[in-house]
Amino acid sequence: MSEEKYLLEVEHLKQYFPVKEGFRKVPLKAVDDISFAIKPGETLGLVGESGCGKTTVGRTLLRLYQPTAGRIVFDGEVLFDSEKKIDVDMHPFRKQMQMVFQDPYSSLDPRMTVEDIIGEPLDVHKLYSSKGERRDKILSLMETVGLNAEHAMRYAHEFSGGQRQRIGIARALAVDPKFIVCDEPVSALDVSIQAQVVNMFEEIQEKLGVAYLFIAHDLLVVHHISDRIAVMYLGHIMEIADADDLNNNPVHPYTLSLLSAVPIPDPETARNSKRIILEGDVPSPLKMPSGCPFRTRCKYATEQCAREMPPLTDRGDRHFVACWNK
Amino acid sequence: MADSKYVLEVNDLHTSFFTDSGEVKAVNGINFKLEPGKTLGIVGESGSGKSVTAYSIMQILAQAGRITSGEVLYKGEDITKYSEKEMQKFRGSKCSIIFQDPMTSLNPVFTVGYQLEEAIMLHTNKNRAQARERAIELLKLVGVNDPEKRIHQYPHEHSGGMRQRDMIAMALACEPDILIADEPTTALDVTIQAQILELMQKLQKELGMAIIMVTHDLGVIASMCDEIMVMYGGRVCERGTADDIFYAPAHEYTKGLLRSIPRKENMNKKLVPIGGTPINLLNMPAGCAFCPRCDEAMKICLTEAPEEIRVGDTHLASCWMNIKEAFENSKEA
Repeated sequence: MSEEKYLLEVEHLKQYFPVKEGFRKVPLKAVDDISFAIKPGETLGLVGESGCGKTTVGRTLLRLYQPTAGRIVFDGEVLFDSEKKIDVDMHPFRKQMQMVFQDPYSSLDPRMTVEDIIGEPLDVHKLYSSKGERRDKILSLMETVGLNAEHAMRYAHEFSGGQRQRIGIARALAVDPKFIVCDEPVSALDVSIQAQVVNMFEEIQEKLGVAYLFIAHDLLVVHHISDRIAVMYLGHIMEIADADDLNNNPVHPYTLSLLSAVPIPDPETARNSKRIILEGDVPSPLKMPSGCPFRTRCKYATEQCAREMPPLTDRGDRHFVACWNK
Repeated sequence: MADSKYVLEVNDLHTSFFTDSGEVKAVNGINFKLEPGKTLGIVGESGSGKSVTAYSIMQILAQAGRITSGEVLYKGEDITKYSEKEMQKFRGSKCSIIFQDPMTSLNPVFTVGYQLEEAIMLHTNKNRAQARERAIELLKLVGVNDPEKRIHQYPHEHSGGMRQRDMIAMALACEPDILIADEPTTALDVTIQAQILELMQKLQKELGMAIIMVTHDLGVIASMCDEIMVMYGGRVCERGTADDIFYAPAHEYTKGLLRSIPRKENMNKKLVPIGGTPINLLNMPAGCAFCPRCDEAMKICLTEAPEEIRVGDTHLASCWMNIKEAFENSKEA
């Protein structure tokens, strides 16, 4: 075990979903044997294409799904361990682990006022002694996320996308969590509003010291907000490193092509850079290739890749890569 | 007579939607010229009127929408004067459009091949067998593997990237002079987006068509476009070459946009967001549309909409700040 203290440790986590194929049930391996750790107050960015399992990771961590196998340790307490058959009641831990969802339109109850939306977690965990205290807490939360106190009695539909996302963030902050899973929190927002929300995430972290798992497909936003970044492909982590390190010295061929595919908002760089175009599409997770899942689109693929999944190995400076050839 | 050098010329285009709560001026006086083989990027946030501009050119606005004034010249001919029948001929054969979501723009109950053949037969006098040949040829052109088999499949059997390829094939069926792409890669993953953008650039070189690229993604704009038009609240803020817009922005909104996106230069710095919320088109300010969110707003911005001012050889901007600066410079001199 390392000496550094981690807030969240995930080891060999697997999340399979049963899918009917004719009369048989086959497992869909959404997340297949991944391990990572997050320090207190740190942001881990999780990137990958749609269907790679990044949202599933977030939801499994919060135990919105029952993990198939693996071990989750949060703040020194084992939440789940498939070998030792540990499976704790999550209710007290939900106070410390929260989530912000992608779609600010469907994640807020249209029949509740903002006050009730933000107040609900307080009700569930009984975090106030009087009505006055509840209201004070809600108002201070609204101030933290930049909403006016007079908005408290309004309904979600009266707000713009950016403001709704602020309500969602205030709701997550209500219970004073140590860890928030942010599942594509800025993807649905306009460019000029995105920056407002990204800044707010950073300010809240500075002030309250929460750790984030920041899931997004926009690599530039993830690079900006994250301390470390993990790259996922078909349920596996391919590479995990410090944000700048990953962007400046990507090792895994998938990371390389992913980064080169990002359109850079700068005409000069765009003219001079060469995109590494990946052939074809992501294979179906039901017909996963043997060995390394990326080998079907990888130009370095060898026989070994087809036989065995490469382990995630440290290439120095906590830069982990899962590839046989690089 | 208009200059025939341009394949498309839009002069002072106004488009409004007549709703129960009043007239919504979605596009408010737009001018641009498009040369054959060039790419024009229209960039803006939701509600800026970028899509409506594209739809106005094709005249595929919703029931309540109408072009209220201005002209759209295709090779010198004003197509806003066309009858619906003439427009039907124009759409598809001279100018095609591809949409953001390839799933909803393909018909789920017909095979991809059938839909392609339909488009081909409508505009040419090929029979079904000839149309099928052409359809296979087109799918090959856009890089769909195994087109003979793919042509018999339904849209749901194709992946997102492949569906967008199907759409591009359909749009290119009659080798149009103009291809309008309305957020063509927004629904796709970055690696697939790179494939589609590369394909569009390759096809443009081969077929020599002009592309109008409508998107909110400044990255896509930077890598694809020769000329850029920045829109806000139904008006053009600024237009010029890609270098003009990215390296010498002359409108406060463009400057704000460039500050608010994560780029190499500000990776470890705080982003500078544009304050406030996007504009409500039903409740437009009297002056500059961006004025309520602009840090540099002056008195004149509140009352008078700025006119387009030439700030460079290829660069036009609608912002009073440029006049102020020019005035101050002349005083110093």
